[in-house]
Amino acid sequence: MTNYEIRLSGSGGQGLILAGIILGRAAVLDKRRVTQTQSYGPESRGGSSRADVIISDQEIYFPEATSFDCLLALTQEACDKYLFDLRENGILIIDTTYVKNLALAAENTYELPFTEIAIEKLGSPISTNILSLAFLVKVTGIVKESSLKQSISESVKPAFVDLNLKAMKLGFELAAKYQK
Amino acid sequence: MQKKTKTTKTAPKPTKPTAEKPDSKLGELQTTRERKTVLMQGNEAVAYGALDAGCDFFAGYPITPSTEIAEILALELPKRGGVFVQMEDEIASICAITGASLAGAKSLTATSGPGFSLMQEGIGFARITETPCVVVNVQRVGPSTGMPTSCAQGEIQQSRWGSHGDSPAIVLYPDSVKECYELTIRAVNLAEKYRTCVILLLDEVLGHMREAVSLPDMANVRVISRIKPTVPPHWYKHYDKNQKYLSPLASYGEGYRFHVTGLTHDQLGFPTNKVTEAAEMMDRLRKKITYNIRDLVQIESYQMEDAKIAIFAAGIVARAAKAAVAMARLEGIPVGLLRPLTIWPFPDEAVRKMLRDVDIVVVPELNQGQLVREIQRLVKDRSDSKLIKIQRVNGQLISPQDILSTMKEGM
Repeated sequence: MTNYEIRLSGSGGQGLILAGIILGRAAVLDKRRVTQTQSYGPESRGGSSRADVIISDQEIYFPEATSFDCLLALTQEACDKYLFDLRENGILIIDTTYVKNLALAAENTYELPFTEIAIEKLGSPISTNILSLAFLVKVTGIVKESSLKQSISESVKPAFVDLNLKAMKLGFELAAKYQK
Repeated sequence: MQKKTKTTKTAPKPTKPTAEKPDSKLGELQTTRERKTVLMQGNEAVAYGALDAGCDFFAGYPITPSTEIAEILALELPKRGGVFVQMEDEIASICAITGASLAGAKSLTATSGPGFSLMQEGIGFARITETPCVVVNVQRVGPSTGMPTSCAQGEIQQSRWGSHGDSPAIVLYPDSVKECYELTIRAVNLAEKYRTCVILLLDEVLGHMREAVSLPDMANVRVISRIKPTVPPHWYKHYDKNQKYLSPLASYGEGYRFHVTGLTHDQLGFPTNKVTEAAEMMDRLRKKITYNIRDLVQIESYQMEDAKIAIFAAGIVARAAKAAVAMARLEGIPVGLLRPLTIWPFPDEAVRKMLRDVDIVVVPELNQGQLVREIQRLVKDRSDSKLIKIQRVNGQLISPQDILSTMKEGM
């Protein structure tokens, strides 16, 4: 099984489903197989929200991520809920703005205050999703950076393309710096 | 000899911008949507399937998790000269699509549990009046409003028996985004061919799920449209008993006169209480389905050749089952999957064969035992086959691991 399973988790309104769609489209641009599923409550903001993206070169049977190669957690609740389903050697990325406690020390953990950085550097928390997604893409290398760029440009409203590409660039830079 | 009279060829003539050529519809469809591989949602695939099948009328009331279907058709239908109407409720929606179909449109609606319940009487009306139409039901957790964004398969039996009176149903059940597209086209085609209301069942997860798909060129899409009468108007019988079970269908406004009623009717469509005519009508409704089982039933058989254990599952659960088969095969356990793409009429023949060939049948489903009822109905003559049930109604999917571990416990 060569499925690469990613879960993007947090709360409704953080743009995780959009991030999932963008990642999925980037994988399509890379000519790979992909499924993207989601789970959210009836409310459009608040409540828990998650998006799963599975990328593979084979037919993907079950479309929900069950054992993650990479988990992005933007809230404490999401981190607590899904951390134990992270695969051994899986990559954990957390937003320390909201995630204060780690119940388990994962081997490959990346901790950054994504929301704070977005507010400080981009002027609003609105592009935290793209910032952290770009970070994830750089760290995992799961899709080409150019594909992510194209996918973002095609997926967000024209007025927000520049802001999101700026967030993407910042995400890449943070990841490069973190890995040093 | 019958004299051929000239009637309008294909009926749908909704309001079109005058500048447009009548058959620019397909050409436009092909160019406006790029036929390359894209990330597409199940609901989107249903909407594009409907358009490619030639649907030109949608009436509905938006409801999670089916809303995207209405959303897309609201944008796309008017561009192609079709009609989109947001109705006041689901009862009006099913009535509107039935009426539009009688006027010659290929029509559909999309809904979920609460709306599907409201539509039941109208579905019966479409069946007794033999009016082609399609109802898409993207299932969510019930009863009542339940959990709108969670997945369930609660309407497997309702889609068969939900409408009162004893009439057969055609119900299709896809398991991937690509199949959402294909089976929507098939649903429209079967509705036109068999003059009945065809139901397409989707799971919430499938409706919302996105997958990389490439849709076929329009040239490769097979579209079936209702047979038009060739007799002069005064010879026309709306339910012609000499035409076997699939008689031609005129539309209102074409010069043919016919009567449409929900009452039991004769071949001209007028109400009757005569026992012979009532029996004829009911026979006709039944036989057009039962005599065409081979055309209607579609199943997928996956790794069943040497299987000693079979999983029988539909929709999104079959995806988990397929993964479970792959995992079990790696451990050397001979498991296969039988998946109905048509759940009604039920694939009795294929299931009987499965029951003959295997020792254990596993039936995972997101309800409290609706598919397994049908297996039990057929298993009677072989009590030594073991039946393992996996049922869940809390909104969570059944995972491949769930199926594998339950199967091993029961082995």
